[in-house]
Amino acid sequence: MIEIKNASFKYPNGFTALENINLTIKEGEKVAIVGQNGAGKTTCVKMMNGLNRPFEGDVIVDGVNTKDVTVATIARKVGYVFQNPDEQIFNSTARKEIEFMPRYYKLSEEEVKQRVDYAVEICDIARYMDTNPYEIPYPIRKFVAIAAVIASRPKYIILDEPTAGQDLHGTQVLGAMVDKLTKDGITVITITHDMEFAVRNFERVIAMAHKNIICDGTAQDVFWNEDVIADAKIKKPAMGELAKRLGLDGKILFCDELVKRL
Amino acid sequence: MAFIELKNVSYKYPYTKEFALQNLSCSFEKGKFYGIIGENGGGKTTLCNLIRGLIPHFYLGKLTGECLIEGKDIRDWDTAELSSKIGYVFQNPFTQISGIKSTVFEEVAIGLENLGVPKDEMIERVINVCEQLDIGHLIKNNPNELSGGQRQRVAFASIIAMDTETLVIDEPTSQLDPEGTENVFKIINTLKHSNKTIILVEHKIDLIAEFCDEILVMEDGTVAFAGPTHEVLTKRELLQHEASIPEVAKFGLAMEDAGKHLSSIPVTMDEAYRLVKERKGR
Repeated sequence: MIEIKNASFKYPNGFTALENINLTIKEGEKVAIVGQNGAGKTTCVKMMNGLNRPFEGDVIVDGVNTKDVTVATIARKVGYVFQNPDEQIFNSTARKEIEFMPRYYKLSEEEVKQRVDYAVEICDIARYMDTNPYEIPYPIRKFVAIAAVIASRPKYIILDEPTAGQDLHGTQVLGAMVDKLTKDGITVITITHDMEFAVRNFERVIAMAHKNIICDGTAQDVFWNEDVIADAKIKKPAMGELAKRLGLDGKILFCDELVKRL
Repeated sequence: MAFIELKNVSYKYPYTKEFALQNLSCSFEKGKFYGIIGENGGGKTTLCNLIRGLIPHFYLGKLTGECLIEGKDIRDWDTAELSSKIGYVFQNPFTQISGIKSTVFEEVAIGLENLGVPKDEMIERVINVCEQLDIGHLIKNNPNELSGGQRQRVAFASIIAMDTETLVIDEPTSQLDPEGTENVFKIINTLKHSNKTIILVEHKIDLIAEFCDEILVMEDGTVAFAGPTHEVLTKRELLQHEASIPEVAKFGLAMEDAGKHLSSIPVTMDEAYRLVKERKGR
């Protein structure tokens, strides 16, 4: 369980990015975080793996306060995939990049292979394994960064804007990934601007605005609350928008629901 | 005559085995807004690199066929001259931002500086563009300390400031929230009204449907479909390709499958609303 308790965060330049946040994420959950650029989404998730330490309040991961341990210790539990893969990737081939953490943990060859195969299959990047990551197209390079974190096998995986730049296939791979990882007992937390992706793949949606969480519930709770939509500057998914314009009730968000009602 | 014309173009990056573009032919007319969609690895960015002259002037490799800009072959263009005609906004803002300027103001001015624009005009243009892109409050900040979305707007501003006739824009909104994305599309749309030619690579199909005049769907280094937006996006075959279609078009097709036909397949929200209302009235 990840618990954020009354946490505030200030950057060294004095800018307050988060004010008195409270949030609990249980094991096995699928959580999407949405909200305007600059709302504090990335700052918030970086508190979960210790990259950011709260200025006030506490962040507790499986009973351990992130203030009391190193980032490396928390990172074993909470894997964070950067928004920009280039901040993360440093090896000369995708394979080396993905094998890096399992080897660092000194796992047996067999275990390394098993973990790498698992990550590569989920990310659908088998054909790029012997390529230099910087010769791999940017959207696919993001999957190399994700695979590297999956291979380190954390209990919680945080994806920061994974859908940015992805095509239909990439978005589908991500959707299947969320299901597969949670089925295998890994909690998935994602930041996304893609509302359709959030609605389709996540059970819990958190909307952030004004340095805080303004709504935490189901997709219906968030996307059928006009105040939340206006405040977080998010967008109602297309089917919801059409249902709203047609004056239909029932908090419709999906195509099949809407077709049935017409 | 088309402003940009490609005839049977094939291209292979250096040291690679596969062709990034294969026997590609297409043309772009002045003053139109083109959307380029399709699977990643399908050649969208390579096509941009070619139009902007990065291929063959920066990326060597093997180029065959013809790519004509105003009738002149891309091989014969001087890249500096071409850069004052065609602006290029890169896919990854983290790559585009120079990293050598310490304020957003200087970063946005970088292209104008290189073109030798007079100082007063330069200041005015930079300030206008920054206001337009909602980064006016950031002009004194360090571009390397901004969020992903803010950096993307800075990168975009530095190209808009150059006021080129044609803009090639590779996914300008990938890091932006829905509101920021819509704003960028609105700005691009106003550029279109000032008679600029726009070639936009984008995955956000709902916005492509709303704003673009024409669409090219790329696949395996060539054009799989091309034509007016509505015509292309309502093709059922598109679903079998790795290109997405608008949510409302999927809805239109799902209505057909359920035997509840709308009189045509919608591609924008307004159209979907109108068609459903019309069906109810029938």
